[in-house]
Amino acid sequence: MSNPPKPLLDLTAVVMQFGALRAVDVAAMSIAIGERRAVIGPNGAGKTTLFNTITGVLRPTSGRIAFDGHDITRQLPHRRAKLGIARTFQITNLFPTLSVMDNMKLALRGLKPRKFSMFGDGALTAEERSIAEHALGMTRLGERQSAIVRDMSYGEQRQLELAMALSSTPRLLLFDEPAAGLSPAERTIVAEIVRSLPRDITVVLIEHDMDLALGLVDYVTCMYEGRVLVEASPAEIRSNATVQDVYLGKARHHA
Amino acid sequence: MTDGERRHPAWVSWASSVGVLAVLATLPFVLKSYHLGIATQILIFAILAMSIDVLAGFSGRTPLCHGAIFGTATYFVIYSVNIWDLPLPAALLVGVAAATVLSAVFAILAVRVSGVYFLLLTLALGLVVWGVCLRWSQVTGGENGLRGDLRRGALADIKVFYAIAAATSLFAYIAMRRFVNSPFGLTLRGIRDSESRMASLGYNVTLHVFLAFVVSGFFAGLAGSIYAVFNNYVSPSAVALPQSVQGLLMAIVGGIGTLVGSYVGAALIIMLELFVSAFTERWQIVLGSVFVAIMLFAPEGIVGKINQLTRRHSQSKNTNP
Ligand SMILES: Nc1ncnc2c1ncn2[C@@H]1O[C@H](COP(=O)(O)OP(=O)(O)O)[C@@H](O)[C@H]1O
Ligand SMILES: [Mg+2]
Repeated sequence: MSNPPKPLLDLTAVVMQFGALRAVDVAAMSIAIGERRAVIGPNGAGKTTLFNTITGVLRPTSGRIAFDGHDITRQLPHRRAKLGIARTFQITNLFPTLSVMDNMKLALRGLKPRKFSMFGDGALTAEERSIAEHALGMTRLGERQSAIVRDMSYGEQRQLELAMALSSTPRLLLFDEPAAGLSPAERTIVAEIVRSLPRDITVVLIEHDMDLALGLVDYVTCMYEGRVLVEASPAEIRSNATVQDVYLGKARHHA
Repeated sequence: MTDGERRHPAWVSWASSVGVLAVLATLPFVLKSYHLGIATQILIFAILAMSIDVLAGFSGRTPLCHGAIFGTATYFVIYSVNIWDLPLPAALLVGVAAATVLSAVFAILAVRVSGVYFLLLTLALGLVVWGVCLRWSQVTGGENGLRGDLRRGALADIKVFYAIAAATSLFAYIAMRRFVNSPFGLTLRGIRDSESRMASLGYNVTLHVFLAFVVSGFFAGLAGSIYAVFNNYVSPSAVALPQSVQGLLMAIVGGIGTLVGSYVGAALIIMLELFVSAFTERWQIVLGSVFVAIMLFAPEGIVGKINQLTRRHSQSKNTNP
């Protein structure tokens, strides 16, 4: 890292305070264009809250968030989506009364003027169909296009979370525990999907499963009590005593 | 096949469209004037109920101000014929325009809240309109209201007016159905299901709800304008809270999020009111009981319940090998 590439995402002194709780307190964090980054840390470390400040769900109490050189600290979530920030949700956040394909349509059209077509035909265009079917194929949902989301299994809903993220072409893609609660076979699918993403998409992955996360990324941020505890390569993280203390140690105790 | 909305095969919708048109076309020849007037009223109030359904059923925002929007159109139509001497078609346009502008103002104020806050805020906005109509008596005639003379010439014939109301109602239904099935309509159902997901996908939720509110207000105004011609009279009760509640009840009883349910709800409530009020002055108690029964046994409304049953039926057929 002698000549660091231009950062896509740059956080400076970002603090998110909930009453007395300082959920996020990140002095500096920088993610380069095209980088694959994992954010790990025990439950309650502030990982999801960090994502919420990056995507605009929460406005940080103080600090500055820059995306591609622009200050986005106070921008609304849909504006940040327009700049190319996309995410998946740790707690499944889909459109439960709609079909899989309607969920995909909404994911595809979020940044397209067609979303304002008030009396036009709602059918998929050929281009939309090919993107949607590709994403559904990758997430093994090709046969489930007309299923209503609330009737689907938890695993299928998690797969749809991913398919929706894949169908837009974001510059920064934030995955919040995409494999949480999935079977080993389903986790392999998730890993495959993350690996198959085009290299120009920058990826930040929150993941509890160390083995899964460390195999997918270039660099790892370990958070603890809102702060960045260690930032290092996957190999160094594996052997880092502090990380093992707060993270692996605890995980082992739980297991 | 991938369209999750389409529940029936194409021939069913064709057959039912033809059937409905045939019934609508036959009514003037079989009903007495009085009953044709009731049918006309049902067709008009169904437009109001559908305009409410666009927000309550498809956007997840239940309004209690649509009576005020509806009645504002009624006031404007009668006023502009009486005082400005406008020809009726122009007066109808003024009524729709006034209602649309009013709904845009309401929308700006109410669009940022949802749930019970939306309900209460729109209720309060409706009350303001009612207060103005009641107090500004130089213009609105206060409690006495305004009497119009709108049913001149051919319009005096209820058959002619029925035909106009039916055509307007049909137009409103087709337009609103197209609206809710459009790409924009899908964004409203997305907002109903998850606003945070919509925002993260790049949708400006506030803007979409604002636009839906204005479209909904346009159709409520259309209903109110036609009603002005039907009723030839307007008083503060046209913009009062019970009007908003009744429109909402029609949509709910028929089936929220179904559009056609509004016709069933309007027919049920209007006929029930006429029938029961012949026997007792306390017809609202009966209406209340019917409403409670429907909420208990078919909370998705009559059409909603029918859709649910037919879907379950076709699913059990499909799962058979
Ligand atoms: N909206 C909120 N209001 C108050 N406290 C919150 C809120 N969101 C998260 N927290 C708290 O912030 C801490 C960090 O939570 P979170 O970011 O979800 O952790 P992680 O994703 O690392 O498990 C937790 O103690 C959590 O209870
Ligand atoms: Mg989390």
